[in-house]
Amino acid sequence: MENKKQLLEGSQAIAAVIKNIKPAVISAYPITPQTHIVEKLAKLKADGEADYEYLRAESEFAAASIILGASATGVRSYSATSSQGLLLMTEVIFNIAGLRLPVVMTCANRAISAPINIWNDHSDVMTIRDAGWIHFFADSNQEAVDLHILAYKIAEQLRLPVMVNVDGFILTHAFEPVIIPSSKIIKKFLPNYAPKADQFLNPKKPMTFGIFATPADYFETRENLHHDLTASLTIIKKEYKDLMHLLGRKNKDSGLVEYSGPKKPETILVAMGSVIGTIRETLKNDQRTGLLKIKTYRPFPAKEVSQILLTAKNIAVIEKAISLGQAGPLFSDIQASLPNNQLNIKNYIVGLGGRDITQKMIREIVTDVKKKNGQKIKFIGKI
Amino acid sequence: MKNKLEQIRIHGRGGQGVVTATELIALAAFYEGYEAQAFPNFGVERTGAPIQSFVRLSHQAITTREQIYQPSILIIQDATLLESVDVFAGRTPETIIIINAPENKWPELKKKFKYLYFTAATEIAMEIFGKNIVNTTILGAFAKYTGLVSLESLKKAITEKFKEKGQEIIKKNILAITKNYESANH
Repeated sequence: MENKKQLLEGSQAIAAVIKNIKPAVISAYPITPQTHIVEKLAKLKADGEADYEYLRAESEFAAASIILGASATGVRSYSATSSQGLLLMTEVIFNIAGLRLPVVMTCANRAISAPINIWNDHSDVMTIRDAGWIHFFADSNQEAVDLHILAYKIAEQLRLPVMVNVDGFILTHAFEPVIIPSSKIIKKFLPNYAPKADQFLNPKKPMTFGIFATPADYFETRENLHHDLTASLTIIKKEYKDLMHLLGRKNKDSGLVEYSGPKKPETILVAMGSVIGTIRETLKNDQRTGLLKIKTYRPFPAKEVSQILLTAKNIAVIEKAISLGQAGPLFSDIQASLPNNQLNIKNYIVGLGGRDITQKMIREIVTDVKKKNGQKIKFIGKI
Repeated sequence: MKNKLEQIRIHGRGGQGVVTATELIALAAFYEGYEAQAFPNFGVERTGAPIQSFVRLSHQAITTREQIYQPSILIIQDATLLESVDVFAGRTPETIIIINAPENKWPELKKKFKYLYFTAATEIAMEIFGKNIVNTTILGAFAKYTGLVSLESLKKAITEKFKEKGQEIIKKNILAITKNYESANH
């Protein structure tokens, strides 16, 4: 059965790999479009097919608090959420990072209220991108599966929480062929979690962490967290390579970014998540346009990004979120990574609240970005 | 047909199992060696609201994730949608159209479409399930008229999808789909 392709819904695939990763504690509160993931995990437990403790919390705030607590006792923990649920978790999300707990969560990305909208965009995760978590973005359900394994390895090795971002509905509700690595294979890459004695709460050796830091200490806790996050880029690259090798994947990318297209592109489109597939299909016969996929968004791989983008003239940053009153967050990150450049960089906001992103829209962007003048930030896909 | 990208769009209403129908097509095709991608387009979350669901089948990897705007196959589970939704949007002269209705009550359609089929899925569903749930039933006509997947693969997909619902449900669905398949004539 190993390495056998199955046709699974994205949520079922994520639940299946989480089961094989063997967390000790799962806590969640259902919210669309994350629901199928946690429903399946609850069912696996109820059917006696999994050993974890499954706690259905009374809110997302409680769910995040439960996995924070579980992780603090030194066990592998998991949760998943979306949109308003992530917002309700926000305070705990920052605490998890500050406490340096190796929690892994899935965010089934969805728009934010008001008005209420259950469909996909990246507004939810962008509200907590500064919390001190590592953020991965999956462009297919296979990638989502693989990134969860990588997430636990990185989290437990570096004591940093990791969020795997998976586009709500577009991936979570899509059926496509996927290989679920067995627990035996996963264990070769991700051994049982065994934190050191000073890394978890233990009644036999009482201690506490995260309680209070005066101006004499707090400053360095943030500085250290920042340095550890940026330093994790090297570890992510190494572990990603090992994981792809173990799983027999043909991926040739670094785990941070993935460039595909001509060696000397005129234009590069930059994007994250499931829209990558649609862009790839659109550019299939385009000899002058390349595609840069951001797989690791935090820490931001500025060096890798700038090296690739500097080979082109025009850059179109296509994203499903906006820092209202400024620009798309990825656009700002990319501009900050490219000091003193001569590039023509434009920002295209697409797909907010689940507006479908079509190949026609991508072609429109490829044409628009080449225009000498024109707006720096554009909303594409208005009906 | 083998090297072509098939784009299937199903129109129905919330509660009619539109999403399950696309999943069953994808699963049956997957058993036959296709790459398959199936995904829903949910509207508002209420029973009776018009919804669409999509399947792509190919012998090459499927990368695009846009919704289906140029269907090669259209399945209309609920004929009342013909009056309220532009179900034919993006069809080409080659599009195969399958409508759940016992007969053609829209003579003007016959002039417009080359591959237009009507199937009495509701009648079969009422007889077998006692209610108007046509999502599996109509797949019999789909298999017959498109030739994309065999009846056997659809039966296998039904057996897999409904394994937790029990033998009775599986049997009834297989009976419905077989009846619909046999009643479909070119």
